[in-house]
Amino acid sequence: MKKSVVSLKDINFKYSNEVILNNISLDIYDKEFITLLGPSGCGKTTTLRIIAGFETPQEGEVYFDGEPVKGLPPHMRNVNTVFQKYALFPHLNVFDNVAFGLKLKKLPKKEIEEKVKKMLAVVDLKGYEKRSVRSLSGGQQQRVAIARALVCDPKLVLLDEPLGALDLKLRKDMQIELKQLQQKTQKTFVYVTHDQEEALTMSDRVVVMNNGVIAQIGKPEDVYNEPANAFVADFIGEANILNGIMLRDEKVRILGVELDCVDKGFAHDQPVDVVIRPEDIEVVDPSGAKLVGIVEDVVFKGVHYEMSVRCHNCQWLIHSTVAQKVGEEIGMHVDPFNIHIMEKMFLEPDNTIITEVYYSDKENNTTTFLLEGEEVTIPDTYYEEGKKLRIVLPPDALYIAGDGVGMLDEVYIESVIWKGEHNEIILESDERKWIMQSDIDEQVATYVSLGFDFSKATICEVR
Amino acid sequence: MKTKKSAYLSPKNRFSLETVKRRRDSQAGIKSKRPAIPYLGWMLVFTIIPLLMVLYYAFTDDTGAFTLRNFVNIADYSHIFLYSLYVALISTLICLVLAYPMSFSISRCSERKQSIIIMFLMVPMWMNFLLRVYAWVLILQSYGPLDTLLQLFGVDVTLIGNTGAIVVGMVYEFLPFMILPIHAVMSKIDNSLIEAAQDLGCNSFFVFRKVVFPLSIPGIISGVTMVFVPTASTFLVAQYLGGDQLMIGDVIERVFQFNHNSGSAIALVLMIVILGFLVFMNRFGDKEAVGR
Amino acid sequence: MKKKSQKIYFGVIMAFLYLPILYLIAYSFNDGKTSVWKGFTLKWYTALFNDAQIMTSLYNTLIIALLASVIATVLGTLAAIGIYNFKGGVRSAIQNVSNIPIVNPEIVTGVSLMLLFTFAGTLMGFEMGFVTVLLAHIGFCTPYVILNVTPRLKQMDGSLYEAALDLGCSPVQAFFKVVIHELMPGIFSGLLISFTYSLDDFVITYFTRGSRFQTLPVQIYTMTHQRINPKANALSALLFVTVLVFLIISNAVSSRKDTEAAR
Repeated sequence: MKKSVVSLKDINFKYSNEVILNNISLDIYDKEFITLLGPSGCGKTTTLRIIAGFETPQEGEVYFDGEPVKGLPPHMRNVNTVFQKYALFPHLNVFDNVAFGLKLKKLPKKEIEEKVKKMLAVVDLKGYEKRSVRSLSGGQQQRVAIARALVCDPKLVLLDEPLGALDLKLRKDMQIELKQLQQKTQKTFVYVTHDQEEALTMSDRVVVMNNGVIAQIGKPEDVYNEPANAFVADFIGEANILNGIMLRDEKVRILGVELDCVDKGFAHDQPVDVVIRPEDIEVVDPSGAKLVGIVEDVVFKGVHYEMSVRCHNCQWLIHSTVAQKVGEEIGMHVDPFNIHIMEKMFLEPDNTIITEVYYSDKENNTTTFLLEGEEVTIPDTYYEEGKKLRIVLPPDALYIAGDGVGMLDEVYIESVIWKGEHNEIILESDERKWIMQSDIDEQVATYVSLGFDFSKATICEVR
Repeated sequence: MKTKKSAYLSPKNRFSLETVKRRRDSQAGIKSKRPAIPYLGWMLVFTIIPLLMVLYYAFTDDTGAFTLRNFVNIADYSHIFLYSLYVALISTLICLVLAYPMSFSISRCSERKQSIIIMFLMVPMWMNFLLRVYAWVLILQSYGPLDTLLQLFGVDVTLIGNTGAIVVGMVYEFLPFMILPIHAVMSKIDNSLIEAAQDLGCNSFFVFRKVVFPLSIPGIISGVTMVFVPTASTFLVAQYLGGDQLMIGDVIERVFQFNHNSGSAIALVLMIVILGFLVFMNRFGDKEAVGR
Repeated sequence: MKKKSQKIYFGVIMAFLYLPILYLIAYSFNDGKTSVWKGFTLKWYTALFNDAQIMTSLYNTLIIALLASVIATVLGTLAAIGIYNFKGGVRSAIQNVSNIPIVNPEIVTGVSLMLLFTFAGTLMGFEMGFVTVLLAHIGFCTPYVILNVTPRLKQMDGSLYEAALDLGCSPVQAFFKVVIHELMPGIFSGLLISFTYSLDDFVITYFTRGSRFQTLPVQIYTMTHQRINPKANALSALLFVTVLVFLIISNAVSSRKDTEAAR
């Protein structure tokens, strides 16, 4: 078994009552390059800051080599961080910035000089010792920041989106350099990014996070090929994600078509999410093909053509080296092992509310109930006060309302996934999660006001 | 068994679990509220308690018993109160009228020139204020330079010892306090804004009314505040230039020499009037800001 | 045409501001006590330097200004950091109380401190003097330091402090090795403002000085109150030259810094 050098156990972190991390557990192994990947606001930077000691979680424990270190201040941890905006000390020159940590350790002057020189050579900044950090370019500043962290010889290096401020070309070069640096120095790197490509390129393992929880941990190939859920599939690479029904082992139905797959162990007729990567779809002759569609759009992407194909009212994305004509009918074939079946993130197909009638008005024919402390009134429906109700809201009965006019305010958008025909949006309010269907693309990790269209709801009395 | 210490901890700072527990939740450094503690104590002793003492003295007599008589006594000084506000108002208005075109002209100069002009405006400000008042005593005194000059033209007036002299002294003292804040906001008005307005067909007056003036209101408000408050409450200027005419600051000083209770009452009323004025100006500023 | 009227207006205002001072200075060389010119002399300057009282006052003023500005700077810088870490309502409440000495009429601050010091004096058996003046000056200087340091604190990149901790600084080391360099411009201007305000203060000093302690502004008051004193003219001339030289130097330094930064 691999040796875990840092482990987080059941970490809960709140910032003024907002849950940032929800029960995170993570083991980091010796000498690995591990990346925390997720959209902004998912808690990846907070996780890094907890390891560095800048934040103390309210619950859970952090272990370094099996020893609990929660509450230990950052300067007592042999861990160094490369900050997002470098955080170089503007009043010091390059040499003094890099030597900062060594001087604090009170090493002999000669040794400091040697080490700094050596480290500056490693990051290709030979001869820059006396330069002011303000006179350096972004890429050079980045190198100084890396040198400053590495020269202290920490076992663990934390990098918080260190390449975020660089332009694309430089970023690609630095990715490779950083990876080589990690292999050369044999240190454990914990890297935070929102760039999935960066994560796949550099990491030994990727930790995909969303809304304060870990969605999946795995090797880049595994996370790409075997995403744990629709969020991961959508966030990493491009994917066609569709609703399907698992008829039995190795048999799935999507868009009314039965397809062979290799997944087993789901319940009979269980609703599932199905992922098919665009490059795994083969264009075949339409006659005899199970899936047939019309080419709607073709874009040349350099290595391949990106085609948008309409099939059963559903938009499919196909990557192919051969271009098809727009308007042409094509057949699509997917090998069984390229169809990936995932558990649904939201297990119920609809939103169910069980509640009691709080107040009702016979004259106006309305019924009011309490939802997370707010009064919600159902028009054109009358039930006696105190009656127990079961309200089932299908995904299309939910809508995002303008500020203040919705029935539930401050609802967090956890994920937005394009399901071929429409977006499937998962939202989180104070007490529960909601599933919603919408044609409009919404911004993940934002707060919105949620409204309900009760005319689409099924309401019945329960005992 | 002895616990193995982790290499992931700083080798210099090997620690025991106890130190960890002790350090838990302990904030330090610049993320801490603690550095404010000495000053919070300071404010309590040297700001809040003294004001509470003013309050206490204002409502008690010399035996320490509660009384409202101090406030009744203030009635004797109400005309001085009103006179002080009147002088402050006139002085503020004159400062505003003199400062506004000056500030505007400065703000349209090149940056280098602006900083030089501002420097020359500040030199007199840095002179001791009593010496500046004293200069006017010398200038305005009978047989002084101005008096002599006017005599040559056959004009015979007393220049010192009246409201006019006080106002001149006040304007002289506080004019820079009006110019600087108005200039500060005007220098931030982008020239391209004015050009844009001209481009859209505004004549100079319209440019001024529609662009420059609205944008300069915050500066006017802080200038008016910075001139009115010290003018209304200052003492000595009237003693130097006003002859027998006193202002409220002088009254507070004199009354305090023999009666702390009455003095405190006047000081309290002055403070409330000034605070009311500040709140009013603040509200006014907010309303203007919203109105735009 | 417009330019010309503008220039004339500049001239009038500048004349209004400078002529009285220049008049004062001119008459510091007058060999008579009245406004009649009786010939050139430097005797008022000699008299000024030979006046032990004035020299003591000058010394007192400088000592008070130095101590008050340094103490206020330390107190105010710490306070700015601490206050910055309070949230919302509490913070603005503290800031409002802190600004009282700035917005309150000086005379009210003066008499309120006098009440405090006389009360404490009778309680603990001391008289107002050097210490009470120093305390009063620290009191009205500190808010200015806070007002100057707080914006620097807001501008500072918080990760600089964290980077220092990360590299092994204790919080105190991080403050002295990194944070203080970032706050320096604010701290310095706070110190400068404190120093000049303390040098120039008359009203608050007047009420807290007791019967014997003299500072230069108080000395000027006794020299010029209800009488003409050419020594005051001589003093004005010296002060004026000092201020002018100081401002020109500081202006030159800051403009050189600007051009350097531009390069």
